[in-house]
Amino acid sequence: MLRDITFGQYIETKSPIHKADPRVKMVLLILVVVLIFLAQSMYGLLLSLAFVSMVVLVTKIPLKTYLKNLKAVLPIILLTSIINMFYGDNDSGVLLEVWKLTITYGGLYRAVFMALRIVLLIIVSSSLTYTTTPNDLTDGIEHLLSPLKFIGLKSAVHTLALMMTIALRFIPTLVEEAEKIMNAQKARGADLESGSIIERIKALIPILIPLLISSVRRAYELAEAMECRCYNGGEGKTRMKQLKLTSVDFKIMAVTLIYGVAVVLINIIL
Amino acid sequence: MDNIIEVRNAVYEYVDEDVVKRAVDNVSFSIERGSFTVILGHNGSGKSTLAKLLNGLLKPTDGDIFVDGINTKDEETEIEVKRKVGMVFQNPDNQLVASVVEEDVAFGPENLGLHPSVIRKRVDDALNSVGMYEYRESTPHRLSGGQKQRIAIAGIIAMEPSCLILDEPTAMLDPKGRKEIVSTLRKLNKEKGITVVLITHYMEEAEKADRVMVMNDGVIIDDNTPKEIFKKVEVLKSVGLSVPQTTELLYALKQNGFNISTDVLSVEETANAIAYCLEEE
Repeated sequence: MLRDITFGQYIETKSPIHKADPRVKMVLLILVVVLIFLAQSMYGLLLSLAFVSMVVLVTKIPLKTYLKNLKAVLPIILLTSIINMFYGDNDSGVLLEVWKLTITYGGLYRAVFMALRIVLLIIVSSSLTYTTTPNDLTDGIEHLLSPLKFIGLKSAVHTLALMMTIALRFIPTLVEEAEKIMNAQKARGADLESGSIIERIKALIPILIPLLISSVRRAYELAEAMECRCYNGGEGKTRMKQLKLTSVDFKIMAVTLIYGVAVVLINIIL
Repeated sequence: MDNIIEVRNAVYEYVDEDVVKRAVDNVSFSIERGSFTVILGHNGSGKSTLAKLLNGLLKPTDGDIFVDGINTKDEETEIEVKRKVGMVFQNPDNQLVASVVEEDVAFGPENLGLHPSVIRKRVDDALNSVGMYEYRESTPHRLSGGQKQRIAIAGIIAMEPSCLILDEPTAMLDPKGRKEIVSTLRKLNKEKGITVVLITHYMEEAEKADRVMVMNDGVIIDDNTPKEIFKKVEVLKSVGLSVPQTTELLYALKQNGFNISTDVLSVEETANAIAYCLEEE
């Protein structure tokens, strides 16, 4: 059962967005999220819908996969829409009146607007994790945070990146180990699947303690191995892989920029 | 004679529950450049401690160890010693840092601050020399134990050390993985001229070494060619080592009155020796 835990959601389809620089993707994602919030009119939002649909098409990842991510936040979407439904101005005409609550056409419009906005935000955010491997994400974060070195945080940036790399490296190893320990405890008669929640949590203790101990041992051995590989806290360290902007990056930037300008223009004109 | 490592009266003591224990007790020897040395010893014989002394991970309590003329006690040249003497440990899982093979191999050279193009070349060369080039983009946890250990070796080779120390690199591997590692080491020794010090308790792995040292209770009790060492079946058994099956068989035959030579090692040589002995009878 533990094997089902996947780290990251990367799906390989060899699309242009997959090839793009992780730094570019991350910065543009932040920009797009801001733009979706900026789009105040229905026209602006429809344009955002068009942009996000284009992103989905270009990634070559089926829409169904994207929609799966929506399931988890469905309650939030519903709640937001329902609350917004009651906040329309009464001038727009009353649609329904139940007891003291009135739903106006304006309210309905707001509800649909809000729901669509959240859906777009989630889909566009998923497109980053679907098209970028955890390693590339780590690389991108390290590079994006690198300006921090000018305020004396150089080793902090490097340490953070290394921590993320090691965490990613050890997730499958620890999952495997946890499975082994669970089987060993089951063989000794441990009951992990029945009983109340509190009983089940208690049953996890004999799994977590050996896992913790072995992790500490691993960490110690890893530290020694890193020392043997001349690690000295990242001072004077270089990188084999250099991130380089390619034509794909410039194309993606251009398209996003056009979309951004359009959203701002619509806001000004309307 | 050109020695890469010189050990002079090295002692290593540690405190365990208020009792001072000696893991390495006044040991002296040197390792010739380009040689293939095997250090044999049972668990707790001090062989792992000795390994860590050789690349400066531990400092001798007394005595000195020189790597290429540099004293390992010298704080300023600590990195230099580690660059010259690479070390591979028992568990491959706990040595790999990155989740992409080539990025892991690049870790050492990156720490040395080399130029990206130089690192690229070294990584490719190192992966080629352990026969793992085609796996450069896969992730270590999908590989077998032997393959992971070869990646760990590549990670050290990429720093271009003159000497490679391996502390029981095959202890957690299956027989197939064990063979992979031993033949990789032999290849690195022959083709790249890298000095190899292999620490193990599997005597089979000592067969083709230039020299075998036997360690027990922190002391080197024997230091000779594999053939000479394997003749001393009684001594080896007394320090808790199991001799190869071929040696065991020949030894038993000889004890039961057969006039047979016991200084052969491989299965083929053993078969020939037995055939020869039978013809003579």
